[in-house]
Amino acid sequence: MQSLVEVRNLKQQFGTQVVLENVSLDIFEGEILGVLGPSGAGKTTLVKAIVGMNQPTSGSINILGTKMPSLSAVRNIGYMAQSDALYEDLNAIDNLLFFGELYGIKGKEAKERTMELLEIVKLLDDSKKQIKNFSGGMKRRLSLAAALFHKPKILILDEPTVGIDPVLRMEFWKEFERIKNAGTAIIVTTHVMDEARHCQRLALIRNGGIIALGSPRELLDQSSTENLEDAFLYFSGVKGGYSL
Amino acid sequence: MKALVIAKRLIKQIGSDKRSLGLMFIAPVLIIYLLSVIFTSSTSKPKIDVVSAPDTFVQALTKDTITSNVNNEGIALERLKSGLSNAYVVFSNNAPKVTVEGSDPMITKSVTALIKKALMSEIIKLPQASSPQVTIPEPSINYLYASSEIDFFDSMAPLLMGFFIFFFVFLIAGVSFLRERISGTLERILATPLKRYEIVFGYFLGFGVFITIQTIIIQTFMVYGLKVFTNGNFFLILLINLLLAGQSLALGTLLSAFAKNEFQLFQFIPIVIVPQILFSGIFDLSEAPVWVNALSHIFPLTYGAKALKDVMIRGLGLMDIWKELIIIVAFGVVFISLNSLALKKYRKI
Repeated sequence: MQSLVEVRNLKQQFGTQVVLENVSLDIFEGEILGVLGPSGAGKTTLVKAIVGMNQPTSGSINILGTKMPSLSAVRNIGYMAQSDALYEDLNAIDNLLFFGELYGIKGKEAKERTMELLEIVKLLDDSKKQIKNFSGGMKRRLSLAAALFHKPKILILDEPTVGIDPVLRMEFWKEFERIKNAGTAIIVTTHVMDEARHCQRLALIRNGGIIALGSPRELLDQSSTENLEDAFLYFSGVKGGYSL
Repeated sequence: MKALVIAKRLIKQIGSDKRSLGLMFIAPVLIIYLLSVIFTSSTSKPKIDVVSAPDTFVQALTKDTITSNVNNEGIALERLKSGLSNAYVVFSNNAPKVTVEGSDPMITKSVTALIKKALMSEIIKLPQASSPQVTIPEPSINYLYASSEIDFFDSMAPLLMGFFIFFFVFLIAGVSFLRERISGTLERILATPLKRYEIVFGYFLGFGVFITIQTIIIQTFMVYGLKVFTNGNFFLILLINLLLAGQSLALGTLLSAFAKNEFQLFQFIPIVIVPQILFSGIFDLSEAPVWVNALSHIFPLTYGAKALKDVMIRGLGLMDIWKELIIIVAFGVVFISLNSLALKKYRKI
């Protein structure tokens, strides 16, 4: 398996606040890596460093062999931000066409891709509606479609399933599975322990550091626990039942 | 009383926003101070040059004006054009010929009144001089620019036009760019291979379409609807206005980078916009302290207003205002570059 993303000894500091320290991980082709941790653990900071928004304080990030931050490497990444970054005054089609055009996809190709994506995220019927009339779930689906537009090799999803209903969440994960099987590496951040079972590998992250890295099975075995919630507590150094 | 709950929260909220607090308390003091400096210095004496004038007239005129004797009319005209004087009086065959600058009706009024007064005092002295051939010299008044028809609104029109174009563009551009940042879309598009300057430039172009239309509407309305006095070429005026609008667009988007919300953006109005009006030429700053004059040179609107006044009232052409235009463009380029740098806050590359 080829490593698409290499994070080595990443340290990210803003002012005097150290948000991430000593983070190393790889993401391989055709896998879903779950970055699991409570809010404030540094998940979004990690994701932003991979996308190239921040210059690492120390350490390095390589995407397909290119050191980040690099604008040419960003081309290989599809990014779905935590907030729905959509243009409220535009309709679904125009939003998608805009994001496509940022990657230089225009004309007939862009239109076909737009329709294809709207079908995948089941928004064909609402394609001409302005986003301000969309529900939260619809916005999430459109954000996912926007991230997929240019068929990225690496898909980064920052809390993609926050605030959506269980049925849609299930469908999201099914879609992630399909994308993964097509050879794309996916990084998903989440604080919902339950979602972690869909991932091939998990990185448990707490207070800016990775406390465990491995498949869900491995993590359960290592911690001799029954569920990931307990495993998380185990790796946090808090062996016992009480919550954080 | 639940109102107290609301009030308490509000006090806490605003109290923690140091910048808003500072602005609330300091900005009014600053603006009132600036106004006081400008008003106390604008009651200056008009400057009048005289050529081969009788001594009695010069003495009378010196009481109320700053009077200088110059050698000939050519020099006087040059001094008038370069703004060293407000008017000059030439005596030939005992008939005074007055030439006033004419772009500011207030100055025109006071200058002609003072010259007439000085001429009257000369006549009063005449019987003692016992020269029967002297008649009452009625001055002929010429205007270097414009004419006697120009009223106060006409003289302010170029400034108002420039200011409103500047102000509206600033607000709309600022709020719109701010929205892009608050909604997260700015961060989102920075996660694509888009270059930072492309975003800033894209905004500039996209808004350029609307501000062009807006500028044409404002200018057409003022020139043809309100029929304000204009001596200049419509398209040259449009060029100035468009450059001014473009530069304001650049400034609005730049300053929005330093505002967390609409409230903070609007705080730029008293500190960036209001001083520009005060310094742009509505008030005569020729006698103001040096630092006031220096300050007026850092405000882009000063140059726009000057160029507009030169073209609309003084009827000057492109060759006379190109320096101002270059400065306006330079301001715009600087603002766009700074904004491009300010986006580094969101993406380091």
